[in-house]
Amino acid sequence: MSPIENVSRRRFLQGIFGAGALVLAARYLPPMLMHGHAKDGQTDADRATFHPNLFVGIQPDGTVYIVAHRSEMGTTIRTSLPLVLADELDADWKRVKIDQAIGDKRYGDQNTDGSHSIRSFFDTLRQCGAAARLMLIQAAAEQWNVAVTECSTEMHTVVHKTSGRRLGYGELASAAARLPVPKAEQLKLKEPSEWRYIGKGMTSVDLEDLCTGRAMYGMDARSDGMVYASIEHPPVFGGKIMTLDDQEALKVAGVHQTVRIDPFKPPCAFQPLGGVAVIADNTWSAFQGRKKLKVTWDNGSNESYDSVEYKKELRETAHKPGKLIRSVGDSNQEFPAGNPVVEADYYVPLLAHTSMEPMVALAEFKDGKLTAWAPTQNPQGAQATIASELGIPVEDVICHVTLLGGGFGRKSKPDYIAEAAVLSKKLGRPVKVVWTREDDVKFDYYNAVAAMYMKAAVDQKGKPTAWLQRSVFPPITSIFDVNAVYGDPPHLAQGWTDLPYDLPSIRIENGPAQAHVRIGWLRSVANIYHAFAIQCFTDELAHRANRDPVEYMLDLIGPPRTLDFTNVEYPNYAADYKTYPWETGRLRNVIEIVADKSGWSKKKSKKGHGFGFAAHRSFLTYVATVVEVEVSNDGEIRIPRVDTAVDAGLVVNPEATRAQFEGAAVFGTSIVRSGEITAKNGVIQQSNFNDYPVARINEVPDQTNVYITESSAPPAGVGEPGVPPFVAAFCNAIFAATGKRVRDLPLSSNNLFA
Amino acid sequence: MKLKVNGMDRTFDGDPDMPLLWYLRDILGLTGTKFGCGIALCGACTVHKNGEAIRSCVTPMSGAADSDIRTIEDLGANGLHPVQEAWMQVNVPQCGYCQSGQIMQAVSLLKGNPHPSDQEIDEAMGGNICRCGTYQRIRQAIKVAAGKNA
Repeated sequence: MSPIENVSRRRFLQGIFGAGALVLAARYLPPMLMHGHAKDGQTDADRATFHPNLFVGIQPDGTVYIVAHRSEMGTTIRTSLPLVLADELDADWKRVKIDQAIGDKRYGDQNTDGSHSIRSFFDTLRQCGAAARLMLIQAAAEQWNVAVTECSTEMHTVVHKTSGRRLGYGELASAAARLPVPKAEQLKLKEPSEWRYIGKGMTSVDLEDLCTGRAMYGMDARSDGMVYASIEHPPVFGGKIMTLDDQEALKVAGVHQTVRIDPFKPPCAFQPLGGVAVIADNTWSAFQGRKKLKVTWDNGSNESYDSVEYKKELRETAHKPGKLIRSVGDSNQEFPAGNPVVEADYYVPLLAHTSMEPMVALAEFKDGKLTAWAPTQNPQGAQATIASELGIPVEDVICHVTLLGGGFGRKSKPDYIAEAAVLSKKLGRPVKVVWTREDDVKFDYYNAVAAMYMKAAVDQKGKPTAWLQRSVFPPITSIFDVNAVYGDPPHLAQGWTDLPYDLPSIRIENGPAQAHVRIGWLRSVANIYHAFAIQCFTDELAHRANRDPVEYMLDLIGPPRTLDFTNVEYPNYAADYKTYPWETGRLRNVIEIVADKSGWSKKKSKKGHGFGFAAHRSFLTYVATVVEVEVSNDGEIRIPRVDTAVDAGLVVNPEATRAQFEGAAVFGTSIVRSGEITAKNGVIQQSNFNDYPVARINEVPDQTNVYITESSAPPAGVGEPGVPPFVAAFCNAIFAATGKRVRDLPLSSNNLFA
Repeated sequence: MKLKVNGMDRTFDGDPDMPLLWYLRDILGLTGTKFGCGIALCGACTVHKNGEAIRSCVTPMSGAADSDIRTIEDLGANGLHPVQEAWMQVNVPQCGYCQSGQIMQAVSLLKGNPHPSDQEIDEAMGGNICRCGTYQRIRQAIKVAAGKNA
């Protein structure tokens, strides 16, 4: 989820953007207020002859420009969201051109994270398309001197049925531009049965470019006269330069100079980490020069950070009473004598994003303004950070969004763009900052390391009569507040506060943990460790009770109901709870679907061959997953098949959605097999894909089957929700095949098969 | 030193230790070949040298001298290559950053082995990482392309 941003709204857009608890979204944009051309028209849509609102423009030749204001990192959002507008416009997709927006508050929220692009902008883009369509109809009716009600649209054309007259959208552009923009209540949206694209989807507009090397990523940005920079960061978080000797570095062919970057002022937020940049003619020379630097560091207080010790501390904290997050029944009277008690500890280490494209940005400071080209999930965040670093107004920071070579949450943090900006201002020329893979692994905003303590008292049938769960992890809020040690409500709500079980006594707690590195969002975020603990512990209890794990979980979930969070702080992914209630019936439904489709009841685990199951709601989407594994005698694990059932409400682009769940299984495979970042003396010990391995083609599921349920519920997330249940189901499958419980991730360091 | 890049004669008189990757990207502006790890662990930088797939991030210019280098830009220069067509048909890419390298590796595989088995695909493609997790479709696309081989 995004941090709280202090958005000072432009006067002429006042009242347009509805603010969620954490995410600002242009849920409703009265087109009336957006009539006419933007003064500083930035997009082709802005400059088009007919420009009824900021998301669409139509030219006399019939070209329709639709603005993509969210970042493309592989989810196909740059296609799927414009497709929604095109549908309501009744536009011919072949005549649509996509305009990638720069960072600008007029679009509302642009931070492409939290799996909410479709959810937050679906209604807005439908209205923008419908408004343009109505104006085109009105323009045609005027020309034909007939009633508007006699006219309709067919694929890029207004039609007068009784006379058979037709006018193309391009032919109507000039006339439509002279009409007043209709009010929202005048709009008639299509019935779902009339949708041409929504629910059917479309392949990426970038598909051919992605297959031919023509796609332009941040790594590919170039500017006349630019120099390249490689930055030596403090090896320990919060460290500062004590001494610097750059004599040998400056002797390297192609190296121009070195430039110091100031250390950040706590809290770090998205500021540059500081250090020294080597400036050169090309990337290679900058890298080589950097190797010759001699720097000594004042490492500061985080020098004592040691992951082995830290794990022990987290676990100790998890065993002590913590802060109460939610209580059901008489949870103070937990665990009365008599019933057997089951306990288990779970652990997930720090995780790095390692998007294939390392952090990179090009920035040019000229005439008091800074222009950046960057693979960013968060162009407005880049504007704000750069403005603050350079001491210039936000309006004087222009952030172009390139394609992203992966993001997974890392590129929501614009520290690397701010580095390029600071250097360009100092040098007075365009600077391209290129991080090495080692920089990427060592200076990430890691997914939090987390310890979870689980405890249940069970009755004779093995069903819990009392349940306690306590998590401890350094919170993401620590990057904004150095004193933050407890989980914040939005992240506790990621699969912890909202335990969906129908049990007489539930106690949910969280304990404190101090951060010693930058903590950030990684695909699925806190859901990863929360679902891992809950879903694996549930599997443990099912096996202990000699019950089928699927049937057991359905029993724990209980009958279909809406979870009641009265007097509980439950932000629900910044979505309105009435629109997006937590419905256990929908979780039950995907569980039943995946059990059916995977043939669960017929599949019997045996030694070396196991089936595991898990189910989880995250980002408002309900997912249930079955994983099949084969484990050889020496512990080698194959994953022949994964089945996953998804209820994401209305799905705009099913093909892209399937791809996200296929990818989530691979992402989860990496987490379970080998995802682990550790620190010793405050220094991150991993550096590249040798010591932070990610899954390769021979290690991933051979086959991932995705079942998308038909749903009339409003759209929910699809980029992230596949990861958490996969991780737990994979570990449960390993138990089914081996009898060994995976309680500490990853497999590569828990000696399970030693 | 002299070399051919995508059929064009080139001369280079810089640091002979500079990896071919940075010559292609920073000096020739052929940015289709990607930087991913710098130490031949991810395959994003894969190009062809005399028809063989190599990792350009660890191939010094001295090792590319007098050779015929082909990049992703050349592969589809005269219409899409069957492997590229298969990639599009199966809708392989997500972010796409690794796909230049994946495609160059797959072309090289199919050249030597027109009908690879699953295991042969895994062996040949095992050096190419895709963090988005498109492997299932990569395998499928290679089979589609293989199906087009007579």
